[in-house]
Amino acid sequence: MKQELYNYILGIADNSLILGQRLGELTGHGPTLETDIACTNISLDLFGQVRSYFQYAAKIAGDGRTEDDIAMLRKEREYVNVLLVEQPNTNFAYTMARQFLFDVYHLAFLSELEKSKDLTLSAIAKKCIKEVRYHERFSSDWIKRLGDGTEESKAKMQEAINDLWTYTDELFHQTEADIAMVSEGIGVDVTKLKDGYYKYVNEVLETATLEIPESKYFQKGGKKGIHTEHLGYLLTELQYMQRTYPNMEW
Amino acid sequence: MITEIQNIDKNLIEILSKVSDPEIPVLSIMDMGVVRSALIENGNVKVEITPTYSGCPAMDVIGDDIKKALKEAGYESEIELILHPAWTTDWITPRGRKALEDYGIAAPLEAEADKDVLLNEKRLVKCPQCGSTNTKLVSQFGSTACKAQFQCDDCHEPFDYFKCLK
Repeated sequence: MKQELYNYILGIADNSLILGQRLGELTGHGPTLETDIACTNISLDLFGQVRSYFQYAAKIAGDGRTEDDIAMLRKEREYVNVLLVEQPNTNFAYTMARQFLFDVYHLAFLSELEKSKDLTLSAIAKKCIKEVRYHERFSSDWIKRLGDGTEESKAKMQEAINDLWTYTDELFHQTEADIAMVSEGIGVDVTKLKDGYYKYVNEVLETATLEIPESKYFQKGGKKGIHTEHLGYLLTELQYMQRTYPNMEW
Repeated sequence: MITEIQNIDKNLIEILSKVSDPEIPVLSIMDMGVVRSALIENGNVKVEITPTYSGCPAMDVIGDDIKKALKEAGYESEIELILHPAWTTDWITPRGRKALEDYGIAAPLEAEADKDVLLNEKRLVKCPQCGSTNTKLVSQFGSTACKAQFQCDDCHEPFDYFKCLK
C-alpha cells in the first residue's frame, strides 16, 4: 500500500514536473514578452504543485529522501510521466497544442482527485484545480486563435495537433499503482475520463476550424518509464547541477 | 461564500499585521488572508499559513518574516504550510483591497466578472491610475502568479490586475 501510494503520487507529479521544465525552457525565449511570461507563470504553478506532491511522497517514503532527491536523483527509466508532456517546444503551435491536450486531461483528473479518500491528495487537488483552470483558458484560447487565424497559423496548429494526437490515448491507460489506488478509493479511474476528454477537445478543435485527427494509432510507454528520445536531453538540463556538484544544496 | 474558520490569538494580531507580503509590501499578510491560525501554546506560537498560488515563491520569505516578528515580540514559533482549505481572493480584507488599489494594482472582481474580463468580453476592471473602466486585458498572466496584465485605454497606463481565485 505504502509503495503503491508512493508510485501513484509520482505518476501524477512527474507529468507536472516534466511539463513545467519544458515551459521553463521558454524563459526569455517566448515569441512575445506576454506569452513568455504566461508560459513561465504556468511553469511556476506546475513546479509549485510538484513540490506539494513530492513533499508528500517523501513523507510516505520515510527514509530520509527529500522532495529534491525525488525530483533530481532518478534515472530516465524511473520517471513515469506520459510521453505527451516531454515532447519538445518545436514551435509555439506545438507548445500550445501540447499544453491544451494536457490541460484538458489535468482539469478532469483533478476534479476527480478532489474526491479522494486521501485527504492530502484531495487538498492538493483542490488547490491545483484553481490554477489549472487558468492554464486551460490560456491554452484553449491559443488553439482557437491560431487555428482560426491566418493560413500559416492554421497549418502550423493543425500539424501540431496531428503530431501530438498520437500521445493522447496514453493519458487514459491505467498503471498497477492506479488500479490499486482506485480500489482503495484514493486514486482516479482515468479510463472513465476518456470520453469526456475527447468530446471537449473535439469541440474546441471544431471552434478553432481545425480538423480532428483520424489516426487510430497511439504511442505509449511513458507511464512504464519507456520514454521518447526527448526526455534524456530534458533531464540532462534539469539535473545538471546535481550531476556537476553532487549533493549540492541551495 | 462559505465562511472559513480563521483562528488567531488576539494577542498576536498586531504583531502579525506588521508582516507584509514581500512582493506587495503595502499589503499585510493578515489583510491578504494567508494566516489561517496562530495560537500560543506554552509560550510558543504555532502558525498555519496557506499559499496564494502553489508556486508562490514568497511563502518561504513570509514564514521567515513571521518567525522574526514573533521573536522580536518574545515568542518562539513554528510555521506550518497548509493547503486546505485552499486560499481564495475572497479572504483579502476590504482594507487589503484598498491597499492594493492605492499601490496601483486593481483588486479582484467577482468570479463571473473576472471570467468576462479575462476573456476580453467586458470592460469592468477599473484603472488604478485614473479610475476609468475603459481598460483591456493584455495578458492573463502577469508579473507574479496572482496577477494579469492590463492597460487603460484612457490614460494608457499599463497596470496589474489581481486575478480572482475561488
